[in-house]
Amino acid sequence: MTEEEKEVPKKKKPKIPRQPMPEQDPHERAKNFKEVTYGFTAEFALNESIRCIQCKKPVCIDGCPVNINIPEFIKKVSEGDMLGAAKVIKKSNLLPAICGRVCPQEDQCEMVCVVGKKDKPVSIGRLERYVADYEAAHGTFEMPEIAPKTGKKVAIIGSGPSGLACAGDLIQMGHEVTIFEALHKAGGVLVYGIPEFRLPKSIVERELDYLQKIGVEFKVNHVIGRIRTVDDLIQKDGYDAVFLANGAGLPQFMNISGENLNGVYSSNEFLTRSNLMKAYNFPEYDTPIKKYKNVAVIGGGNTAMDSVRTALRLGAENAYIIYRRSRDEMPARKEEIEHAEHEGVQFIMLTAPLRVIGNEKGWVTGLECIKMELGEPDDSGRRRPVPVKGSEFIINLDAVIVAIGTNANPLVAQTTPGLELNKWGYIVVDSEKTCMTSKKGVFAGGDIVTGGATVILAMGAGRNASKSISEYLKNL
Amino acid sequence: MNKILEKKVWWKDTPAIKEFVVEAPWIAEKHKAGQFVILRVSENGERIPLTISNKNLEKGTINILFQEVGKTTMTLGKLNVGDNIFDLAGPLGKPTHIEKFGTVVCIGGGIGIAPVHPIAQALKDAGNLVISILGARTKEILIYEDLMKKCSDEVRITTDDGSYGRHGFVTDELKSMIESGMKIDLVVTIGPAIMMKMVCKVTEPYKILTFASLNTIMVDGTGMCGACRVTVGGKTKFVCVDGPEFDGHQVNFDEMMARLRQYVDEEKVAKELCQQGTCRAA
Ligand SMILES: Cc1cc2nc3c(=O)[nH]c(=O)nc-3n(C[C@H](O)[C@H](O)[C@H](O)COP(=O)(O)OP(=O)(O)OC[C@H]3O[C@@H](n4cnc5c(N)ncnc54)[C@H](O)[C@@H]3O)c2cc1C
Ligand SMILES: Cc1cc2nc3c(=O)[nH]c(=O)nc-3n(C[C@H](O)[C@H](O)[C@H](O)COP(=O)(O)OP(=O)(O)OC[C@H]3O[C@@H](n4cnc5c(N)ncnc54)[C@H](O)[C@@H]3O)c2cc1C
Ligand code: SF4
Ligand code: SF4
Ligand code: FES
Repeated sequence: MTEEEKEVPKKKKPKIPRQPMPEQDPHERAKNFKEVTYGFTAEFALNESIRCIQCKKPVCIDGCPVNINIPEFIKKVSEGDMLGAAKVIKKSNLLPAICGRVCPQEDQCEMVCVVGKKDKPVSIGRLERYVADYEAAHGTFEMPEIAPKTGKKVAIIGSGPSGLACAGDLIQMGHEVTIFEALHKAGGVLVYGIPEFRLPKSIVERELDYLQKIGVEFKVNHVIGRIRTVDDLIQKDGYDAVFLANGAGLPQFMNISGENLNGVYSSNEFLTRSNLMKAYNFPEYDTPIKKYKNVAVIGGGNTAMDSVRTALRLGAENAYIIYRRSRDEMPARKEEIEHAEHEGVQFIMLTAPLRVIGNEKGWVTGLECIKMELGEPDDSGRRRPVPVKGSEFIINLDAVIVAIGTNANPLVAQTTPGLELNKWGYIVVDSEKTCMTSKKGVFAGGDIVTGGATVILAMGAGRNASKSISEYLKNL
Repeated sequence: MNKILEKKVWWKDTPAIKEFVVEAPWIAEKHKAGQFVILRVSENGERIPLTISNKNLEKGTINILFQEVGKTTMTLGKLNVGDNIFDLAGPLGKPTHIEKFGTVVCIGGGIGIAPVHPIAQALKDAGNLVISILGARTKEILIYEDLMKKCSDEVRITTDDGSYGRHGFVTDELKSMIESGMKIDLVVTIGPAIMMKMVCKVTEPYKILTFASLNTIMVDGTGMCGACRVTVGGKTKFVCVDGPEFDGHQVNFDEMMARLRQYVDEEKVAKELCQQGTCRAA
């Protein structure tokens, strides 16, 4: 038993249960794009904050990839000092309103929380969200302390969480920072991938606004590799260092027949149409999306859940998840799987698609699948699914959304000579801490290094890179 | 934001054909033949691809030429000199593979002539003998005749109604050329999907290398979404990053044409709303 565990009985606190998260009624919310959860009330936040026993050796801090001083901020919450709590969080995490919503807390900070050994863990993520939302509503803009200008310029490629975090740090260190973003809107997956009902875009906009106010320059509609190469930025445009944070945005398909029929989408396309282009507001917004009746999403990750719940909100009568392993192996957050289920998503587990079936006009009419059973564990330690002979069946559909993961987009790599890549096309860096690539003055972090991961890991990489870049600039 | 410096109306009846000269120095500097831009006309707007049909490096400008076929192009057409294009990203796509092939036939159909122009120019500069075939429905909507003459050794024209040049399709002219025994090393074709398909059918038996520049539906144009995918040689390719040009004999045109029709119903709704006067550029 650890020290912390022994403390539990000693303090004899009244036992307060983990506070529930108020949310929209599942039937109601399955028809709208408003945020699913409302966030803690002041009372819930206070109750929850008291559940933290203020461990002497707070293991939760190590569980957080950016090491937020969790007990310190929770203490401030319990004292009613929300703005103080926000300050504590912001020392380590520039995007708390976002992480509080989308972090896989149950596998990170909350997984190791000591209270969780005997009871349910403290809702660290929900408290973080509460504090961040409170600050947004009540705080006033405060210019952070910015170091004297160094005269050094850094170009950041990509405006996802990794690029944004790096920019926020570098500007405070006195460097000039420009973010180059391929799309017309900054934010990366936060704006084009994760739906409004899980992460309202106004929250992302607030963070972008803040960065702009503190001096970060955004150049949207700039596809690096085309309008400028990394070498151009250094040689022609006078940037002293470049941070590659261009994400893992290349969709994978299944390579089965019928995959180019009308009605088959990558999750990226489906979500981009809906989120970035606001197709759910068609014709008020110009980008169209179809209202499909029977939709199947292939995959079991967050992206699959987001796609299937979007399809439901666009009016699907039957929205299915088709996943080749069992429910326990689904990589999506548990909370999201539950939300999807409550909203009426149907799960077809241990099933793999064989081919997409279409009509003479080129539209999807169905999907042929085969049942799977779990065999021996594979490299990842998960039991490998194997097809059950003769178990083929057809499910009638008018749309299929493929959400089986993404790869590295090769555009930047192909146009940057001297950049070392691994066999999957991701950028090789010296170490997680330095984020240094094989090319002088060029750093990389986030999904383009790790492959599809999480918001908080991408952010953490951006912060590590900022320190390493600043060090590099000092020695120039 | 990129400013419109010149506007030319090639054809004012429906569907109108218009051309802009747009201030875009960085794009002009990097642009190579075969590349395109993606633009939006307003905050609510769709992202649409248009080819860079000409440029002026000294002035830092690019030209785009478009036909008003739907909401976005109709809204775009309402902009005037001095207005800005809301969003403009480019140059996108792989540049055309340019080398000295020998004798090259450049075929542009309808407004497809505009995107052929920079390619013909680059092929000419690379020392090829360039013969261009320009096709139009009727004489009055033939575009870029003068520009094409400047970068071609010879220009041949066909019209569907016989009002100018040869009465017939570009494929008729191409067939005659091949049958006359002319040695052709490369054909480049841009125009409606059906025309490109027919051109490829003509050249295939003779094994004449044929580049077709595909105009699929796109969203991001960076290889992120896969909306633009086509089957080429049995493999899925993304037009925005692997193309827009492909070996035409390998392209599954029927699949591509079906994919182009994905949103016809929605496009009609948007267009009707637009014709009722609700569309405005920002
Ligand atoms: C649908 C979906 C749901 C998810 N849900 C969660 C979740 O609940 N929790 C969680 O923690 N994580 C989630 N993730 C993962 C998380 O979003 C990513 O790990 C994270 O966004 C990676 O950040 P990044 O900064 O590395 O890259 P990205 O967010 O991918 O940003 C990269 C940016 O670079 C731009 N770019 C690319 N190429 C170029 C170029 N050549 N020039 C200029 N700009 C370029 C892109 O347009 C993009 O804006 C989800 C991902 C998806 C797709
Ligand atoms: C790489 C590329 C380069 C292009 N270059 C040019 C150009 O230089 N000039 C130009 O006028 N057009 C060009 N196009 C086509 C142009 O993008 C479409 O005409 C435009 O998207 C129509 O948008 P809209 O909203 O006005 O019409 P929509 O409402 O989207 O469509 C109206 C009608 O046009 C058809 N249509 C839609 N998209 C396309 C398409 N991609 N190709 C052909 N027909 C389509 C629809 O089926 C419908 O009948 C190009 C397309 C690509 C992919
Ligand atoms: S950022 Fe994520 S891991 Fe860190 S404390 Fe917040 S919710 Fe937990
Ligand atoms: S959040 Fe959990 S682990 Fe962290 S200090 Fe509080 S009780 Fe301890
Ligand atoms: S348009 Fe999205 S990948 Fe080509």
